Amino acid sequence: MNQSTWDLFLSSLGPIILGAVTGTIPLALVSFTVGLALALVVALMRLSRRRWLSGVARVYISIVRGTPLLVQLFVIFYGLPSLGVLIDPWPSAVIAFSVNVGGYAAEVIRAAILSVPKGQWEAAYMIGMSHRRALTRIILPQAARVSVPPLSNTFISLVKDTSLASLILVTELFRQAQQVAAFSQEFMLLYLEAALVYWAICLVLSSVQGVLETRLDRYVAH
Amino acid sequence: MSPTDLPTDAATAGAPAPAPLLTVRGLRKSFGTNQVLESIDLTVGRGQVLALIGPSGSGKTTILRCLNGLEVADGGAITIGGEVTIDFGRVPAPSRRDLAALRDRSAMVFQHYNLFPHKTVLENVLEGPVVVQRRPRAEVTAEALALLDRVGLGDKIDAHPFELSGGQQQRVGIVRALALRPQLLLFDEPTSSLDPELVGDVLRLIKELAVEGWTMVIVTHELEFAREVATEVAFVDAGTIVEHGDPKQLLRNPTQERTRQFLHRLLFPF
Repeated sequence: MNQSTWDLFLSSLGPIILGAVTGTIPLALVSFTVGLALALVVALMRLSRRRWLSGVARVYISIVRGTPLLVQLFVIFYGLPSLGVLIDPWPSAVIAFSVNVGGYAAEVIRAAILSVPKGQWEAAYMIGMSHRRALTRIILPQAARVSVPPLSNTFISLVKDTSLASLILVTELFRQAQQVAAFSQEFMLLYLEAALVYWAICLVLSSVQGVLETRLDRYVAH
Repeated sequence: MSPTDLPTDAATAGAPAPAPLLTVRGLRKSFGTNQVLESIDLTVGRGQVLALIGPSGSGKTTILRCLNGLEVADGGAITIGGEVTIDFGRVPAPSRRDLAALRDRSAMVFQHYNLFPHKTVLENVLEGPVVVQRRPRAEVTAEALALLDRVGLGDKIDAHPFELSGGQQQRVGIVRALALRPQLLLFDEPTSSLDPELVGDVLRLIKELAVEGWTMVIVTHELEFAREVATEVAFVDAGTIVEHGDPKQLLRNPTQERTRQFLHRLLFPF
């Protein structure tokens, strides 16, 4: 690596990290939070004994998982305007990613709820709890522990998927890298640099996942 | 705490010939095409201990689960405490509220303990009285600590269930049930998942509760225990009560051939 390449690497690190801090990371955090809330609702609908509720949830999950995220983004940002619905890049991205997380995480949460032994429901009923209270105080805390590893995967995937938002003009990590690359014509360097920053973020997230798992582990039988 | 401290009992104390605490009439239950309970009739007086014995799959656990509303019977009626009768034969079927009323009066101890693994021992005990029954936390805590102390777990209140032995977990399960101040205690094979050397502690505790006057229904395979603690034994087979009566009498001299065979198998397993 010669001096000028090194200089370019260092000087482009600024805009790339700025893109991560103002674009990638907040986009992932907001979408994940909204998506997780959505996923909990969808998971509970899916588990409902009311046929139509679980049917709606099933169709939703099927559509989200059966269509590419990029297509979902394009439908919202480039498609909806022809119906007169204009949404800015940032909210478009948040909507698409939340809906996506909502579909994938719903299945994770559903499986986690089902993994809690039936005896836990029975003990909760036995002490006089209603269904709702049993769910919130007894079942969900235990399901949360089970779903940490798969939900961490969902989050890490989401962080990387936010790079697709560059295609609907959201200023985030990868779009910043693209712009420097177009200007400097150093494509290999800039794209590798972007990859490196994504990797660094994911390394941090993995270690957070580890800490979270050990912490939650203390309260669960083995 | 003993059941005689309870306001409900205090109110009826001294009343002439009190109604039985638990009455079951014509209880029926099927799972699909499999009829598990045919027509069960039971009566348990206040302070009495009924032991249900019988082969696995005979329906004795299902009886217990119906009493606690964990299974909804298909027909028949259950009365606990004289004032609440749940009629399973009527239309519409009993609501969640009806089942809750049943549950309010009984508490169950499970074969596999079913403690809440994410809560400490003390939290396990407080959850029902404080969160569900909304009794003052300080008062319930004092009561819970005394109960835990009594069962030898005074130093384990902040432990989580997985840090305890099976016998300790089951004692927490019993304290959790007692703290609900039920009129009726239900035990579903309380020692069946315990290592043999841990069985004694749990049985001794249940026996103490019987002596104190708690009304109990116990599903058990421990015949010796049933003989000593129960005031009545019922032998359940194929969804019916084949015979019931005084434990010493029934366990030594059963009148029915099916009972005789069952007892023989338990006494001489090979």
